[in-house]
Amino acid sequence: MASYLDFEKPVAELEARVEDLRALSEKKDSPNIGEELAKLEAKAAKALADLYAALTPWQKTQVARHPQRPHCVDYIAGLIEDFTPLAGDRKFAEDEAIICGLGRFRGQSVAVIGQEKGFDTASRLKHNFGMVKPEGYRKAVRVMELADRFGLPVISFVDTAGAFPGIEAEERGQAEAIARATEAALVQGTPNVATVIGEGGSGGALGIAACNVVLMLEHSIYTVASPEASASILWRDSSRAQDAATSMKVTAQDLMKFGIIDGIVAEPVGGAHRDPEATIRSVGDAVASALARFAEFSPEAVRAFRQEKFLGIGRGKV
Amino acid sequence: MNWISNVVPPKIRSILKRETPENLWVKCPESGELVFHKDLEANLFVVPGSGYHMRIPAKARLDALFDDGVYESLPSPEAPADPLKFRDVKRYTDRLKDYRTKTGAYDAVRLAAGALQELQVTVAAQDFDFLGGSLGMAAGEAIVAGMMRAVEHRTPFIIFTASGGARMQEGMFSLMQMPRTTVAVQRLKEAKLPYIVVLTNPTTGGVTASYAMLGDLHIAEPGAVIGFAGARVIEQTIRERLPEGFQRSEYLLQHGMVDMVVPRAQMRDTLGRVCRLLMKAPVPAS
Repeated sequence: MASYLDFEKPVAELEARVEDLRALSEKKDSPNIGEELAKLEAKAAKALADLYAALTPWQKTQVARHPQRPHCVDYIAGLIEDFTPLAGDRKFAEDEAIICGLGRFRGQSVAVIGQEKGFDTASRLKHNFGMVKPEGYRKAVRVMELADRFGLPVISFVDTAGAFPGIEAEERGQAEAIARATEAALVQGTPNVATVIGEGGSGGALGIAACNVVLMLEHSIYTVASPEASASILWRDSSRAQDAATSMKVTAQDLMKFGIIDGIVAEPVGGAHRDPEATIRSVGDAVASALARFAEFSPEAVRAFRQEKFLGIGRGKV
Repeated sequence: MNWISNVVPPKIRSILKRETPENLWVKCPESGELVFHKDLEANLFVVPGSGYHMRIPAKARLDALFDDGVYESLPSPEAPADPLKFRDVKRYTDRLKDYRTKTGAYDAVRLAAGALQELQVTVAAQDFDFLGGSLGMAAGEAIVAGMMRAVEHRTPFIIFTASGGARMQEGMFSLMQMPRTTVAVQRLKEAKLPYIVVLTNPTTGGVTASYAMLGDLHIAEPGAVIGFAGARVIEQTIRERLPEGFQRSEYLLQHGMVDMVVPRAQMRDTLGRVCRLLMKAPVPAS
């Protein structure tokens, strides 16, 4: 059962009528209804395509957070063979907000790092809604260093509202953990590719996204602070999240224009949740071609490329 | 309004206004003690009775750091202004103009170089008075330039952090200063030059989560708020009261995030000493 976002109401109504008509046509086979049905289906499809071709930044924010949007676990299941999860930071704990592991991506050994929000109450609690604690970033550092030592590329999937804001996270050095994770990605001697699959929330996202290639799904967002947090900082009113999403330029399209990301992966019409399989395949293709670019690079070259890329952001391009 | 406000253009008016604090008494937020502004300034903005460390302007900080107060101010690199064409209650470009007039600085980071206990050092001081010391493109570019300058001249690099975090008005360009400054930190590390972070009140958000937590040594000023998430955000998330002294320097010391908490009066000596030790320089002649 599809769940609709508020702004999808016109499409929802059309699609409901399509369903009704289809049910009716299955009962009595009247040729008139068949023709009507085709017309209505076309109309619904066009309405959906038109709507998604012109999503506002706030609508994209909602799509990026859609409950049925494919998550990190889906990408791993769809793209990584022999996936072997690795747990723990060897210092304090295991943090399930970040999933790490080894596996095969289109035949090649890789390390995988991804944020998982969970999909129902139990799994959301288990994964702490994708809000990573210091342990999670330290586990990611451990896996990045492992990958570096064994010459494995790193594939990361970014999907978090932000790093976990809590007493124990601060106590154990959330800031330091994020800084070290960013550093580890930047000095990595093997290629790394990050894909923002939903929400790229602030430093919490950056910790696993300082990569050679940063991709975003067409309707994902990447923000310096979540629209709600931004609104509360800028206007002291978190209900102005919509304004914040608009003025802070959080969409893949804006960030591509600014040279902050390196590529956009197209989503199926109506968003990733309408066809998760196709979305996951497209992400796989994009990641494969990103990795292929660096196949011949030496560790020094891959590191230098990445560092120069980040140093170059905002210089002369704006 | 008197005749001055009608005749004198706004820029000059703000300079006239800046003279007034000298006549003011300042209240210590901790003890309630009243201190004459001039006395406070003479004591590096530390309340003499309570030892409370008030915020010190970046320029005053630099003036007090170098040998005989002599140093070279390094130019702030230019950065693109207002990439998002941002406007909240006012236009970001207007806001920048106001802060530039108010502080006399290009942005939130001042760079300087000179002798500290006879050892050449490169220094960056973040200015909280400039839009909360927030990390935008200009501030990030200045930090990168400062670190590169230290590598070029083979000097230690010292940064005094003071920042609420990201410069919201620059959106993702602000977030990108985290990896950018982190790359510059690597240059210092590769060159084996000391990178000393002095955490001052407050140091939070993306600043803490990048270069501020990547120092070879972390020194905090007493009582400074240092953390990632803001206290208000944490309280709202967990719906609990925060423990006493949460995210203060002493709390960070206890939790292993800083090497030492050093009062401002001893900062110069401490910095000089650790830089000389790491650079394997002998005890200074004088």
